[in-house]
Amino acid sequence: MSLYVTELRRLFKRRLTRLLLVLLVLGLAGVATAFSYSSHKLSPAVVAEAQAKADADYRQATKDWERTVAECDAAAARGEKTEERYGPDCGRQWQPQPEMFDPKWHLPYQFDFRGEFGNFIAVFAGMLALFAFIVGASFVGAEWSTGGMMNLLLWRPKRLAVLATKLAAVLSAVLGVSIVLGALWTLAFWLIGTYRGSTAKMTSGAWQSTAISGGRALALVLAVAAVAAALASLGRHTAMALGAAVGLGVISEIGIRIAVGLAGVRFGDRYVLSTYAMAWFEKQWKLLDYKSCDFAQGQCNPKELLITWQDSALVFGVGTALVLVAAFWLMRRRDIS
Amino acid sequence: MSAVLEIEGLRKTYRSRKRGVRHALDGFDMRVEAGQVHGFLGPNGSGKTTTLRTLLGLIKPNGGRMAILGQELPHSLPVVAGQVGAIVESPQFFPHFSARDTLGLLAQAGELPRQRVDEVLELVGLRDRAGERVKTYSLGMKQRLAVASALLKNPRLLILDEPANGLDPGGIREMRSLMRDLAAAGMTVVLSSHILGEIQLICDSVTIISLGRRVAFGPVEQVLAAHSQGTVRVRLEAVTDLPKAADTLTRAGIRVGTEPDHLLLTGVDKPATVSRLLAEQGLYVSELTPVAVDLESVFLELTATAPVPGQHRQVDQSTKVGEPGTAGTGGGWGA
Ligand SMILES: Nc1ncnc2c1ncn2[C@@H]1O[C@H](COP(=O)(O)OP(=O)(O)OP(=O)(O)O)[C@@H](O)[C@H]1O
Ligand SMILES: [Mg+2]
Repeated sequence: MSLYVTELRRLFKRRLTRLLLVLLVLGLAGVATAFSYSSHKLSPAVVAEAQAKADADYRQATKDWERTVAECDAAAARGEKTEERYGPDCGRQWQPQPEMFDPKWHLPYQFDFRGEFGNFIAVFAGMLALFAFIVGASFVGAEWSTGGMMNLLLWRPKRLAVLATKLAAVLSAVLGVSIVLGALWTLAFWLIGTYRGSTAKMTSGAWQSTAISGGRALALVLAVAAVAAALASLGRHTAMALGAAVGLGVISEIGIRIAVGLAGVRFGDRYVLSTYAMAWFEKQWKLLDYKSCDFAQGQCNPKELLITWQDSALVFGVGTALVLVAAFWLMRRRDIS
Repeated sequence: MSAVLEIEGLRKTYRSRKRGVRHALDGFDMRVEAGQVHGFLGPNGSGKTTTLRTLLGLIKPNGGRMAILGQELPHSLPVVAGQVGAIVESPQFFPHFSARDTLGLLAQAGELPRQRVDEVLELVGLRDRAGERVKTYSLGMKQRLAVASALLKNPRLLILDEPANGLDPGGIREMRSLMRDLAAAGMTVVLSSHILGEIQLICDSVTIISLGRRVAFGPVEQVLAAHSQGTVRVRLEAVTDLPKAADTLTRAGIRVGTEPDHLLLTGVDKPATVSRLLAEQGLYVSELTPVAVDLESVFLELTATAPVPGQHRQVDQSTKVGEPGTAGTGGGWGA
């Protein structure tokens, strides 16, 4: 227990942790603030104004139409050919109709909490995952590379317990930060919804599904932190974790994409990690196989492959577990010098 | 006397695909008695740091037995870890923390009272600079911090791998008196160093290692005596008794050289026999000392690392004792 408290203290004593925390808060605040300016409440006045603009447009279009028809009629009276320029019957059939001028077009964008907050959970999770990765990797990696880990092991010779405690410190710190900032994030968007958007139809069911999305985002952030710490411990250096992540990203997102493209594999995207990330946030992600299309038949309904969030859980869960097991296994048997 | 540290037949083998097998420790033995300051000597690459790392559980041995304070290692290491303070070869610290933070975190992990940090900082002379980041410290200041971290637990066994590395002359002298004080207070100290004058001044006993095996061990005087070709200087309370003493000793088969105020004996394997022989004749010895060969020359001789003009000795060119067990069985020390 004293070791756990010590490690938490060490974590928050680090300048990098503090700096990243400040940057994270500033970043999140920046996104929320900027977004709040782009959303506008649809008050009756705004709606009326949009209606008035639509009406004005309609009137203007009608006027233009009347003038054109009149010009055409005049030209026809002079015996000129009008068909080509004005269309048949001087274009009378193109009389503007009121329903063609939807006041919606003049409405500003309004944020809808129920419909759109899910995207912002993903944005939040992305920023937190980055934070968790760097903090987790550097906390363990820097300890190894500066000899701090060796020093600590002279005090606490139980290696697995030491690594587990460090991991627990990172995870609980990330969890705490995520919960606090996540609550603030939700509050911020709720306020944006209330004052500059809409919070309509937020039933308890809608809240529940928001909470579940938040829980999934949190799980992903924690997994990222754990993998980062474990990779840094495996490589005994922060840079190892960063390198592994970049490498995996390049291999998965570019290498595999190109390879399956060349090989003509069906549903090649199912081998790409980001597909599973999308499915994780969206509950499911549809892959389409346009190769199955026969466009000669006209309309095409391509074959589908559905990736569910359960599939993602399996992929991410197994991946995380493998990295963790490797880190602990190596921690147990490596020589430290 | 009880042994605080016992090592028997310790082996550590490094394997690499390219260079094959290297026996860093090859049946190494060591024994340190309680309350001693014990010097641990050996040429570069002879296995000192490897031994200490193995003791501290940082690397896994391939064989042999180790015990600290009567507890078998590495199995019981967690039990004794709280009583063993150690620095291993220029220890590193997280560069962005201050000395006080570094020690504070260690103390907290070890559940030690906070004021202990200030005590050890005072002890190693870092009190006024303790708030600065370790990154900004000089080599000697880092070394002092390392010693402080080892002392923090107030251990029963203190293991210091080249603690004088980078210390200024004053610091070395302070370290010397610090170690004396600690030993006087009952702490056992194991000290690896290449500054043999220092070792000779501080240490009660030594172990000398070469190529992973012990080449000599025992109390410093004994190791020195054993390699002074048995040359002993004898002074008596009365100078007038010298001829009688010379006579007695010659009859006992000892070669005696007579000097104006003392005798120089050669071929003495146990100085005690000299004082016994003389006492039997009613002659009282006022001084009986092996003639000063210093530790450095004994070390160079034992490890065969004395420089030879015109040659550049390479590391790993040093004494290779026979199969483990043959060394040191006869007289108890020496090879
Ligand atoms: N990780 C390793 N891999 C391979 N060989 C190693 C490793 N660590 C140490 N050795 C070898 O083990 C031997 C003993 O090294 P050790 O560090 O114990 O020497 P030392 O007595 O402390 O020397 P010094 O006086 O220079 O500090 C050396 O030959 C060294 O090259
Ligand atoms: Mg060494």
